[in-house]
Amino acid sequence: MWCDLLQVKNLCKYFPIRGGVFQGTKGFVKAVDGVSFSIEKGHTMGLVGESGCGKTTVGRTLLRLHEATSGEVIYNGRNILDLSKSKMRSLRPELQIVFQDPYSSLNPRVPVGEIIGEGVRQHKIVPRSEYRKHILDTMEACGLQKHHIDRYPHEFSGGQRQRICIARALALKPQIVIADEPVSALDVSIQAQIINLLKDLQRDRGLTYLFISHDLSVVEHISDKVGVMYLGNLVEMAPKTEIFKNPMHPYTKALFSAVPVPDPEVRMNRVILQGDIPSPANPPKGCKFHTRCPVAMDICKTQIPEYKDYGDGHFVACHLCEMECGKK
Amino acid sequence: MGDKNSIKSKGKMEQRKNIALMKSLDKAKNRKKIPKSEYVTEMKNKDNILEIDNLATYFFTDSGVVKAVNGVSFDIPRGKTVAVVGESGCGKSITSMSIMRLIQGPSGQIVDGQIRYNSEEGPINLVNVPISKMQELRGNKISMIFQEPMTSLNPVFTVGDQIDEAIQLHNPKLTAKQIKTRSIEMLELVGIARPEGIYDAYPHELSGGMRQRVMIGMALSCEPELIIADEPTTALDVTIQAQILELLREIKDKVNASILLITHDLGVVAEMADYVVVMYAGRIIEKGTAIDIYKNPQHPYTIGLLNSKPAVGKVVDKLYSIPGQVPNPINMPSHCYFKDRCEKSFEPCGAIYFKLRIFANTFR
Repeated sequence: MWCDLLQVKNLCKYFPIRGGVFQGTKGFVKAVDGVSFSIEKGHTMGLVGESGCGKTTVGRTLLRLHEATSGEVIYNGRNILDLSKSKMRSLRPELQIVFQDPYSSLNPRVPVGEIIGEGVRQHKIVPRSEYRKHILDTMEACGLQKHHIDRYPHEFSGGQRQRICIARALALKPQIVIADEPVSALDVSIQAQIINLLKDLQRDRGLTYLFISHDLSVVEHISDKVGVMYLGNLVEMAPKTEIFKNPMHPYTKALFSAVPVPDPEVRMNRVILQGDIPSPANPPKGCKFHTRCPVAMDICKTQIPEYKDYGDGHFVACHLCEMECGKK
Repeated sequence: MGDKNSIKSKGKMEQRKNIALMKSLDKAKNRKKIPKSEYVTEMKNKDNILEIDNLATYFFTDSGVVKAVNGVSFDIPRGKTVAVVGESGCGKSITSMSIMRLIQGPSGQIVDGQIRYNSEEGPINLVNVPISKMQELRGNKISMIFQEPMTSLNPVFTVGDQIDEAIQLHNPKLTAKQIKTRSIEMLELVGIARPEGIYDAYPHELSGGMRQRVMIGMALSCEPELIIADEPTTALDVTIQAQILELLREIKDKVNASILLITHDLGVVAEMADYVVVMYAGRIIEKGTAIDIYKNPQHPYTIGLLNSKPAVGKVVDKLYSIPGQVPNPINMPSHCYFKDRCEKSFEPCGAIYFKLRIFANTFR
């Protein structure tokens, strides 16, 4: 497939749990356990799931901020997990990330201009003479004012800090931006501005996004394709319209029905999931979702459901869907 | 040159005046004995648990006065949920902090207005109540659920210890055993599966949803009449958020409490609230019943806010976004604060600030 800018194949990331006298490995937290997807150039892939499901780890592993345990990440025909450190470094401007928490991802002792500009200088993105103009342009594009350039992060509200983070990523003229919950910390009116900004930038610069979020309404708005993760696995992936019209996995259904609707007359008949997400260090056997699944069957407790295509690029991993399709 | 100097000295004069005001307010607040006549008042409506009338909370900073809350009035009827919505920095949290009298002094002061609370012993004005009296109310009659369950629990004490403390403070007669039973009851009430086990757990052992449940349990431990929930679900996942909202609704009916819900999530508001108050830059710009606000919003800001929220199942090419940013709180213009961002602004907007007008019975 020539048009896929980024292809992820069977990506795994296990974090060792150390313990005992000699700090030996006692087990693994399977944060990401065999995730595969691809993103076409100029498109947006949305990744949703509860906290602890491994969506952030996917994003970080793609950029080699964590070294993957196994799997392949093919960017422009090259497996970036095999690249040497220096080659990876020269590739970094093309792959940028906007982090989740704007409070801890900005150095409090560095003024904004320097935060945005450091990478630009390091990677020589623009000639020296245009450096300041480039920074100011990027800041303006991200809704920051010119006089903010000499201010420090603590002088900004959470929303403005996130703009700084976005500006920092965009100043490097990236190809792919991994946006890890970029709007979770923002107000709705600012959220809309940022989403529109991200969309405009995508159109103008042909950016490709991996958009990680737990807010389904935002994901629906921005994505072309949506993947739903649960405990380190993709449980469902489909084009946006398909997944929102016809969610097949019970987890996806529950997730969708949990979103509050801004309409007081609609009191939805919703599926409220019981309990919390199980610990990824000790995931349930069989289908990982069976402990919270409202329609769990006996087979779910023993066998891991296969992740397969049910037509039109709609991937689901669920025994129930398999059975229903078998009947048809 | 002379002009400049006079402006400078004028600014200095103002600053001095402000500092004097701040000090006098602080002094009045910290008096040892405050006569009862100063804080006993009358409620406008006996059915209200809380009436906020023209509340103004300012922060006196070196660079000027920040009018965080500027003339806010609304009522909370008994057994109802009132939601305050607005962007960050609009003063919604400061309003709730003012009710609890948790404004950080001396720079932060309640400058004007009344917060009338309908207590068992008769209505009192929380603005003038002595601190000792306030401490009896806090956590006991009015309790608060904070935004971040991560940071609002003490990491070095067990969950049980922290709930015990709240119960013990307000019920000094109970024995240690009774307190423990009550704490475990509380944990059970908020839907924690293994209350005895969780009682001895430390906050870091719990997930975000569990922690928020603990916070709610703690807030409810003394059967408050008013629960102030300051962004109770902002830090949580949607599935957990749905659980917590369900829990809050159930509990509200169980203990017949009123809820003041502070949030920026319009979806949550639509689910929970009976009445909605929309705030912008320290002022109320619209208030009414939830149905009114969602079905028939009047203020351009409310309309913009509703349009900028993407909704599942509603596909739009471009989200509506309110242009610009919230004005600097130090130098607020005298005209409508929203004028510069408003698409419909016309000449009268540049004139003095508009008073709230009644459009319908419940709607202003």
